[in-house]
Amino acid sequence: MNEALLRSLTPSVLGILVRRGADFAAAEDAVQDALVKAVHVWPADPPRDPKGWLVTVAWHQFLDATRADTARRRREDLVDEEPMPGPAPAVDDTLQLYFLCAHPSLTPSSAVALTLRAVGGLTTRQIAQAYLVPEATMAQRISRAKRTVSGVRFDQPGDVATVLRVLYLVFNEGYSGDVDLAAEAIRLTRKLAAAIDHPEVAGLLALMLLHHARRAARTAPDGGLVTLAEQDRGRWDTESIAEGIEILQAALAHDRLGEFQAQAAIAALHADAPTAGETDWVQIVEWYDELARLTDSPVVRLNRAVAVGEADGPRAGLAALAALDDSLPRHTAVAAYLHERDGDLATAARLYAEAAHQAPNLAERDHLTRQAARLNARRFR
Amino acid sequence: MAKYLLLKHYRGAPAAVNDVPMDQWTPEEISAHVQYMNDFAARLEETGEFVDSQALAPGGMFVRYDGEGHPPVTDGPFAETKDLIAGWMVIDVDSYERAVELAGELSAAPGAGGKPIHEWLELRPFLAHSPTTTECTLK
Repeated sequence: MNEALLRSLTPSVLGILVRRGADFAAAEDAVQDALVKAVHVWPADPPRDPKGWLVTVAWHQFLDATRADTARRRREDLVDEEPMPGPAPAVDDTLQLYFLCAHPSLTPSSAVALTLRAVGGLTTRQIAQAYLVPEATMAQRISRAKRTVSGVRFDQPGDVATVLRVLYLVFNEGYSGDVDLAAEAIRLTRKLAAAIDHPEVAGLLALMLLHHARRAARTAPDGGLVTLAEQDRGRWDTESIAEGIEILQAALAHDRLGEFQAQAAIAALHADAPTAGETDWVQIVEWYDELARLTDSPVVRLNRAVAVGEADGPRAGLAALAALDDSLPRHTAVAAYLHERDGDLATAARLYAEAAHQAPNLAERDHLTRQAARLNARRFR
Repeated sequence: MAKYLLLKHYRGAPAAVNDVPMDQWTPEEISAHVQYMNDFAARLEETGEFVDSQALAPGGMFVRYDGEGHPPVTDGPFAETKDLIAGWMVIDVDSYERAVELAGELSAAPGAGGKPIHEWLELRPFLAHSPTTTECTLK
């Protein structure tokens, strides 16, 4: 039983049902039912044409459901019109599905949930586990999302940027439950990149691959965070890095720079350095300048201050930091780091402890607390 | 997508506007209050924002380890403890603003005279999972 194959067929099967006239919400339910059936039936009786099998089963599932609760006339119209499950414009359908599931009328959490189910083929239970909410809550979130987009025409062109934001959110959620959301985000972005030639889609895919390549090195055996400088670079996934860099170079050749390409370029420069000390911080600062020009995001300027601290020394980094609002998330953590580099261990220790109190997640809080403890132990020894 | 805890206190929160102890309400007012809380939870489930809701009994103990070979030491209950948690609701919402809005709604549950209690609820963000792409900002 190949679950990956099954899930990869989800969007095209759903697209075929919608093109046959099924409304999106009902078609999506029918495809989920067909997936569940496949899981039970295929191990003992594998179909010769998995996609054809899914289309047939999902279509009948849809007709049964329609029969149960809507007018017979509409159903008969549909049956009369039923085309043969021949070759379908799978690529276009997949792209339309991405647009629909990331529609701007959806909240970010709804768009994420709908994308994972309708494009990713995950079950409601898997999505609920990944986001640590009850299955009933996730089921409602998905059905509301489907209602929200029910009036949207399926063949309407969408905005790639909204799709990329949703995929980036999925990637950043990381890992919980039995679904690896980062890997899932890469799979979905890869599929999107195959469906549309767009440098920012490629840029996001490259960014994900470059970050994912470092995953094994990012966590200590005790679960603690390992910073980029301290990571064992021998544990980075070189294959993934090579692929990310290749995709990024091809994207940059289009000469249509966007924020994901710029972020990927920064990740690539980190990935390219044999040791932390050999990192090309001057170029990284230049990419942060590009990124700041593209997004005007204070978070980017904060990261830029770190890079400036490495390229031109901690005093320069602190000067760049001074220009920023100190209520920015992680501002204190960056200040602590730069003060430590500048040799002011007392200030650094105090700021690390303060940053730990403001940390938005447990791993960062523990990491910052350890930094403070490390400096305090050294100072008071 | 962030989780928040809405914490309800028996004691320890600032006094509510409509601060009449529940045992002095009419039975109908109590029913209306319970109904409001149930409806609120049901509505959140429908919006896909509900995670959990629990009530706690007021009587509790402090317990601590007392060394190898000794049973744990218990102490309490402390009638005069300043802060006492009555229960909680956990929500999963798109923004801090939405969390505040929902806490406000929950605080409007009806009490004595059928009027909103205006109870102070404590709103606490969960520490999230570490996002995949933090290490650049963490340095």
